[in-house]
Amino acid sequence: MSRENTSTEDLSQWTDVLTPDRGWLDFRLGELWVYRHLVMRFFRRDFVASYKQTILGPLWFVIPPILTTLIFTVVFGRIGRISTNGQPDFLFFMLGVTVWNFFATSLNKASLTFSNNSGLFGKVYFPRLVLPLSTILTNLLTFAIQFAVFVFFALIFWWRGGHVEPNWRVVVLPILLVQMAALGLGIGCIVCALTTRFRDFAFMVTFGTQLWMYASCVVYPLSQISKGLRWVFILNPMVPIIEAFRFACLGGGMVEIWHLAISATVTAILLFVGLIMFSRAEKTFMDTI
Amino acid sequence: MSVVIKLENLSKRYRLGSISRSMLYEDMQRFWAKLRKKEDPLAWVGVGPSEQSGETREIWALKDVNLEIRDGEVLGIIGRNGSGKSTLLKILSKITAPTSGRALVKGRVASLLEVGTGFHMELTGRENIYINGMILGMAKDEIDGRFDEIVEFSGVEKFIDTPIKRYSSGMLVRLAFAVAAHLEPEILIVDEVLAVGDSAFQRKCLNRMNTVAREGRTILFVSHQAAAVENICRRGVVLESGQLKFDGTQSEAISYYASTFTQRSGCLRDRADRRGNGDLRVQAIEFRDSQQRVVTTAHAGEDLDIHLYFENATPHLARPSLYVQLHVKSDLDIPIFTQSNIYTGDSFAANLPERGALVCRLRRLPLPSALFRLSYTVASAPTGGVVLDALESAAEMHVEGGDFFGSGLLPPIHQGVALVDGQWRLELDATEPGKSPPTNVLVTS
Repeated sequence: MSRENTSTEDLSQWTDVLTPDRGWLDFRLGELWVYRHLVMRFFRRDFVASYKQTILGPLWFVIPPILTTLIFTVVFGRIGRISTNGQPDFLFFMLGVTVWNFFATSLNKASLTFSNNSGLFGKVYFPRLVLPLSTILTNLLTFAIQFAVFVFFALIFWWRGGHVEPNWRVVVLPILLVQMAALGLGIGCIVCALTTRFRDFAFMVTFGTQLWMYASCVVYPLSQISKGLRWVFILNPMVPIIEAFRFACLGGGMVEIWHLAISATVTAILLFVGLIMFSRAEKTFMDTI
Repeated sequence: MSVVIKLENLSKRYRLGSISRSMLYEDMQRFWAKLRKKEDPLAWVGVGPSEQSGETREIWALKDVNLEIRDGEVLGIIGRNGSGKSTLLKILSKITAPTSGRALVKGRVASLLEVGTGFHMELTGRENIYINGMILGMAKDEIDGRFDEIVEFSGVEKFIDTPIKRYSSGMLVRLAFAVAAHLEPEILIVDEVLAVGDSAFQRKCLNRMNTVAREGRTILFVSHQAAAVENICRRGVVLESGQLKFDGTQSEAISYYASTFTQRSGCLRDRADRRGNGDLRVQAIEFRDSQQRVVTTAHAGEDLDIHLYFENATPHLARPSLYVQLHVKSDLDIPIFTQSNIYTGDSFAANLPERGALVCRLRRLPLPSALFRLSYTVASAPTGGVVLDALESAAEMHVEGGDFFGSGLLPPIHQGVALVDGQWRLELDATEPGKSPPTNVLVTS
């Protein structure tokens, strides 16, 4: 076959055409669907294997957030005397910590996809996105358990007459969960793609998420921020999400539809950029890692 | 038969060296130029990267490889380490992308670059069969359908619901191979790493590949030990420095490959591929017979002295121990034997002179007529010591005839690479095995 007609030749008879570049927007999501069972397998593997040979077993899903909440309650609630919109400070911090944990773990795990699995990726091909997606499922399950514990504590506070007023807006929360997963995945993918060339980003991400938490209304409500500065916080996609969770579950928080719209837009952009960078990096990262 | 794999000017470039801060800057320059649709400002003009003077930072692992592989073909890809064959496999199994050119593939590709990929020690055999199978590209239904077969093949039925960390290593390998063996791709890529393990396991691998080949599927087998695949492959190609140098039948490819090991002279001064700190360097290798005459060919059954002429940059330094090792390999890179002063218990003076020779005498050389390649290592200790000098393929050793057995007869090379002395006799009283021999046999000679 001559080189001249390459552009017009029919490539449909080939299963795979391996070229240096593929389209910017070719995320191969169809291929991901073919491998959906593998996503589930990895999810089960991670979940089953993570607490084998520990004495407390599944309790480890709930111990860290409770301890963190206690520390926050003492440090920020009692010593720092940060206002919590009149809600029980324990519940206020616990909800923030639980929601934030879900996001932060999704981001961290996604950003470590290449470096944690280079052994596996060097041996065999499957869509690399399978791994971050399966860790998101693991995180979702962890979140469900932690959220159940939160509900348990909320019931206790409510029964003892605490200021807890959940409302019908909780129906929006699953959508916000998906959004957080998408946000974590998007930023995780960006970091992941950058770490294939520059390892520095791996260090920055752990530190960065911690700093980001303090900028995300986890330990204080948005209402405590002065009016002039609020718009900066609203640009942070995590702020409206956390405030929305507080509003729906506890009955106090500062969130508007357009806050959530900004947050969703930022998420969509970051996810899009993340997927582009990830799919460009996944083809050659084995050469550099 | 239709073409199932087609490589068109396939090339792959690797960057060498560590990642530096300037890379980020260069990356940004490239990106900016690309955005403005300008030429890469950092691209070399007119010269290939290997011709670039000074520091070469890029290497072409594959360069303009064109190849068509047809349905049902069993192709052996031979090449030395670093010739680009692993890179080719990685591109075909989608682990990495080419730098330019393209590869067209028809049908499902499964690569057995390593068995047991993705095994998780905490999970049971059953769960691992599913994970491993799916990673290798099997659909869930396929695994469901073949599950019993896989378990039976592996022979670990009893322990299938036990975490595999409790398995013996043999059971693990069997389980892993059972999964791999039940893949049914149109194209199977097998790396030589699969050919490790005990001989029973190797035989099982080879049998299985023969079966697959007879079923009319395409197999690519990659090796630098050409002989290991001679029986399976019908067609062979030779890769050398990233380029396709030969394409023909497997036996033609093997002889071509063997001929590429060019004659190297005894002088090693110009060899740049050494390892070691250079405190002591072997400058030449020379062979001498028992009368100390310099020879170019050795003879089986005769003593041979191998002289390693060295230059010692640190004559003032007293070395408590010096460890010298000679590795002898066949021309197809199969290790034949290793000789070292630690095995023989010999030691050298602590203060070596500025120049001298370390001499190893091989007694009654037990090798048939063939070409062998010699590598050496000089180190301060056998393990964990400082390597002073080491060189692969430092010299060629021609063995030509000889009278090893005292009868003037020698077996040809394809009947074995070693000559082992022995003696034959008839025992009249030994009528069945296990019976102790009569005492009179024991007293002879």
